[in-house]
Amino acid sequence: MEFAELIKTPRVDGVVLHRPFMPTVEGTLCLTGHHLILSSRQDTTEELWLLHANIDSTEKRFVGSLGTIIVKCKDLRVIQLDIPGMEECLNIASSIEALSTLDSVSLMYPFFYRPLFEVIEDGWQSFVPEESFKDLESMTDEWRLSEVNKDFSLCPSYPSLLTVPKDIDDESLCKAASFRHGGRFPVLSYYHKKNAMVMMRAAQPLTGTNGRRCKEDEKLINATLCAGKRGYIIDTRTIAVAQQAKARGGGFEQEANYPQWRRIHKAIERSNVLQDSLIKLVEACNDQSHSMDRWLSKLEASNWQSNVKEILTTACLAAQCIDREGASVLVHGTEGTDSTLQVTSLAQIILDPACRTIRGFEALIEREWLQAGHPFQQRCAQSAYSNGKPRSEAPVFLLFLDCVWQILRQFPCSFQFNENLLIMLFEHAYASQFGTFLGNCVAERGKLQLSQKTVSLWSWVNRPQELERFLNPLYEPNNLVIWPSVAPQSLLLWEGVFLRWNRSTKCLDEAYQEMVHIIEYNKELQNKVNSLRRQLAQLETEDKMVADLK
Amino acid sequence: MEHIRTPKVENVRMIDRLTRRKSSVGTLYLSSTHTIFVENSEARKETWVLHSLIYNVERLPTNSSGSPLIIRCKNFHVYRLLIPQEKDCLDVLASLTRLSRPERYGELFCFSFNPNLDKELREKAWGFINLKAEFSRMGIPCNLWHVTAANHEYRLCDTYPSELFVPKSASPAVIVGSAKFRSRGRLPVLSYFHRDTSASICRSSQPLTGFSARSSDDEQMLQAIMKSNPVSEFMYVVDTRPKLNAMANRAAGKGYENEDHYTNIKLQFIGIENIHVMRNSQQKLIDVGELAAPSMSDFLWGLENSGWLKHIKAVLDAGVFIAKAVAEDGVSVLVHCSDGWDRTAQACSVASVLLDPYYRTIKGLMVLIEKDWVSFGHKFSHRYAHLDGDPKEVSPVMDQFLECVWQLMQQFPCAFEFNERFLIQLHTHIYSCQNGNFIGNCQKERRDLRLQERTHSLWPHLWENRAEYTNPLYRTDHSQTQGVLKPLTTAYCFKFWKGMYGRAEKSVASHQSPADCLNAVREESQQLEEELSSHQERLVQLKERKISGERKKTNKLSERVQRPIPTESELSSPLDYFTAPRSEKNTPSFTLPLQLAAPHKNGDPDDLSTCSDFESGVADLSSYSSSGGDDTKDPDSDEVVKANA
Repeated sequence: MEFAELIKTPRVDGVVLHRPFMPTVEGTLCLTGHHLILSSRQDTTEELWLLHANIDSTEKRFVGSLGTIIVKCKDLRVIQLDIPGMEECLNIASSIEALSTLDSVSLMYPFFYRPLFEVIEDGWQSFVPEESFKDLESMTDEWRLSEVNKDFSLCPSYPSLLTVPKDIDDESLCKAASFRHGGRFPVLSYYHKKNAMVMMRAAQPLTGTNGRRCKEDEKLINATLCAGKRGYIIDTRTIAVAQQAKARGGGFEQEANYPQWRRIHKAIERSNVLQDSLIKLVEACNDQSHSMDRWLSKLEASNWQSNVKEILTTACLAAQCIDREGASVLVHGTEGTDSTLQVTSLAQIILDPACRTIRGFEALIEREWLQAGHPFQQRCAQSAYSNGKPRSEAPVFLLFLDCVWQILRQFPCSFQFNENLLIMLFEHAYASQFGTFLGNCVAERGKLQLSQKTVSLWSWVNRPQELERFLNPLYEPNNLVIWPSVAPQSLLLWEGVFLRWNRSTKCLDEAYQEMVHIIEYNKELQNKVNSLRRQLAQLETEDKMVADLK
Repeated sequence: MEHIRTPKVENVRMIDRLTRRKSSVGTLYLSSTHTIFVENSEARKETWVLHSLIYNVERLPTNSSGSPLIIRCKNFHVYRLLIPQEKDCLDVLASLTRLSRPERYGELFCFSFNPNLDKELREKAWGFINLKAEFSRMGIPCNLWHVTAANHEYRLCDTYPSELFVPKSASPAVIVGSAKFRSRGRLPVLSYFHRDTSASICRSSQPLTGFSARSSDDEQMLQAIMKSNPVSEFMYVVDTRPKLNAMANRAAGKGYENEDHYTNIKLQFIGIENIHVMRNSQQKLIDVGELAAPSMSDFLWGLENSGWLKHIKAVLDAGVFIAKAVAEDGVSVLVHCSDGWDRTAQACSVASVLLDPYYRTIKGLMVLIEKDWVSFGHKFSHRYAHLDGDPKEVSPVMDQFLECVWQLMQQFPCAFEFNERFLIQLHTHIYSCQNGNFIGNCQKERRDLRLQERTHSLWPHLWENRAEYTNPLYRTDHSQTQGVLKPLTTAYCFKFWKGMYGRAEKSVASHQSPADCLNAVREESQQLEEELSSHQERLVQLKERKISGERKKTNKLSERVQRPIPTESELSSPLDYFTAPRSEKNTPSFTLPLQLAAPHKNGDPDDLSTCSDFESGVADLSSYSSSGGDDTKDPDSDEVVKANA
């Protein structure tokens, strides 16, 4: 096996593991091709199993012959390993370094992972575009499924099947694709059943400095408007950024060419800025010596909460246009693979109760992120501890999850799932035994043969044993559109992720258990009462019959 | 009555700052105790504003639509009125200004407040909290501590209670001598006794050391306190002031204990700032809450700049230090600041909440407030401006204590019997002057005012409504309920108390609280339990009757209980998420939270979404130019946030 040569020392005894707010563990450290394992060989203490892929960066230092490796993980945890022996320590450090930075996707753990559970429902088949199109067909006949991108040549980052207006033929789609960045022509993102309004997404139009136009593109999006109605184009960039894009061949829709559309610019940051924001935030959260002033000023300087507010505000705006104004909406930024997806997916959570169920939320992630071509592989290659120059890493998906958490916190009874599901998705997007988040688009996943060679995250999550952990006990299904508050005091720091390793959660966990207990007791009582009612009713009928006979 | 210049003004507009078009027109009535706004709408919705809760009234320049008047309350509610005639506005302003600043105790609301209780019940109500019983709960008196009559008729210290608990070993001469050496005679006395370790928390004011003075009586007093804890070899003296402040006091003949003069004491400064700093800090915090449309940066910067959370942390840190000394090290602590009625009360009561689970119950918190605050002479009437007086005496000391408890509730969700609502209710009543409990500045003053004969006690009233104030997660046998709380006081553990300070605007009110859902579930469970036992009884009856063959009229099964889950629809409505418009007339509006039952204009039966008034639900889109490209100005982040205005 090729990993063997990367593992210079497979095993060291007498290693001490330090984790904040947890007792230290002494035991044997083992390195395998994909895991760092620390075992105390005692039943009482838990072992540490850490995926190499989860390691964001390492630091080593020496005091005499005692070496210390600080391991910083993509899930934001920081652990310390004290390793006796300088040579062992150096070997372990360089092995971890090599194993956690493997270049080739096909060497990643998902290709080696064999599930210990029986796959009942194959997650790779759980959310296919044909199925969601069937749902759409039951509501409207205005749309068709186009195979124009069957071989991914028109748009490499789109899936092979796309939902487009029925009246637009594939030839027009090809022309529209050539007018949009990366070939990402406008496609259907969401159909609002209540008033038949739609949300579409795309990449920026390639107007350039001389104001190019494309009749097919105009026709395509106009086809989604009702007679006499106007639509809204939500550009996730500021007007200045959009203007600058012209110089590089991009741009935005000129009102002269799109008279039926009104354009609104918002200010969601570009991905490289977001990465910087994450790094600053995590740095602030990890320093427990900060005075109150310093903490608040670092929190502010990180801009993370501002980013959350901006993304959520834009999503609410899109939802408002659809639900309140009765208008169709087109959302795009530059590439249409980051801020665009944040907005379209959050808007659906606000508008569509189905997206607030576990199944619906999974479908949403599959539809609006995985199949829509969010480059997970690139964005999640490194997390907050990356010390190299960022290439294309960015916490775009994490910000989306943070926004979902904000809505969930404001509407604690409207979601079938709880915070654990969001945290789990964050972890698996960055490092996982499952193949779901590998690759950058449908085409790449196909080439990697992920559906044959790896297990889908959904195969695991949707097992009843696992689902239990993700269910929100307070859930009461409702059909409402939920409008979150975006005022600064309504948006909190997501402690479940950012302070997760910096405090003991015992008391909060207990509170959660207590909540579950209260609700379960209630259900139990309901069942008992119902069964007694039935018995009583039966007895009383018999009673009556006897009496009538007399 | 003589202060009411105009009892009634018609066609007044009540404005929600965020939702201009949601404002309602109605009639304003001024009574001697309340200002009442009655909407002209069919519902005749009434808004009552208690005059004693009014913090200030501000009149803005008259404009074409009328004279705006802003009423700010001490519990952080804000009411914005638009009065058509300037003269009426001036009259209302003058009336409210006078009515909200009573000059004599006799004018206070508590003397006219009449909940229709007969005399006997009222007297019984005043006995609801009994401090003697509280000390005996702690195990006092005992062989080490006893009650002294030294302050009978308040002759030793007029701001202390008449009954004081002191070490048995302290002779009357030592007690008197110690009182003479302490600012305002506030000698060291027992506040809390920790049975498990025999360590105690005592409190006093600063000693009158100046640069060199000493008092052998005071030294003996501290020695007696230390000795009352047989196992420990030293005691802490916690001076809750910043050391610099304590040193400065020496110039005025006051100061702090010299460690060389007292045997086996360890002096510890905590650094809680004085009442003036706290007053300014809270004002800045309130200003943050009132910002028109803060960006996240504005908000966080304002929060930092106010220093408020820093001060809350200091108070909590003081409590943590004392609790640790008493519970873990078994060392007694003497706590003082300058006069020993503000920071000392905060530090002692926070420590008590951490140490003793009893103070984390509804009744226990009442007892604690009665003991550490009311009886020990916290100057309620001065601090909370019950009367028109020196504004420099006003300070949110109690607000900070309540907030410390709230911050603890965030870390220990199962540890407290009461909920946030209880704290907010307490806060309101500390300011409202509805009951006699918090009137005056010390026990003697309350006695002289004969408050127990002339006013009603708050505590039994809160106790009767305790169901409303109960934390559903609290269980007496839960591990968090037992023992000492050890909170983390890292900066990131402190949160902005939105329930308290975010109340100025309805539109940012929290949507739904899990606690309310859980309370509803628990209520339903209780009903189900009752139903269960009644069904079981009936079942037994029926079975018996079946045997005896007897027939009785059958009862209809009771209706299924419906859980009164508060729906989110009642509380949510779309805010405005559009980019900021540039002129005033384009200001986007917000909707008020509306009842689900309100009829929809469109009458679409399928429309279950949350807002019933479409016109006001969203911004006026026609005011947005689609020609963003031609705009010279950027809708950059600063502007974007204004959309929430």
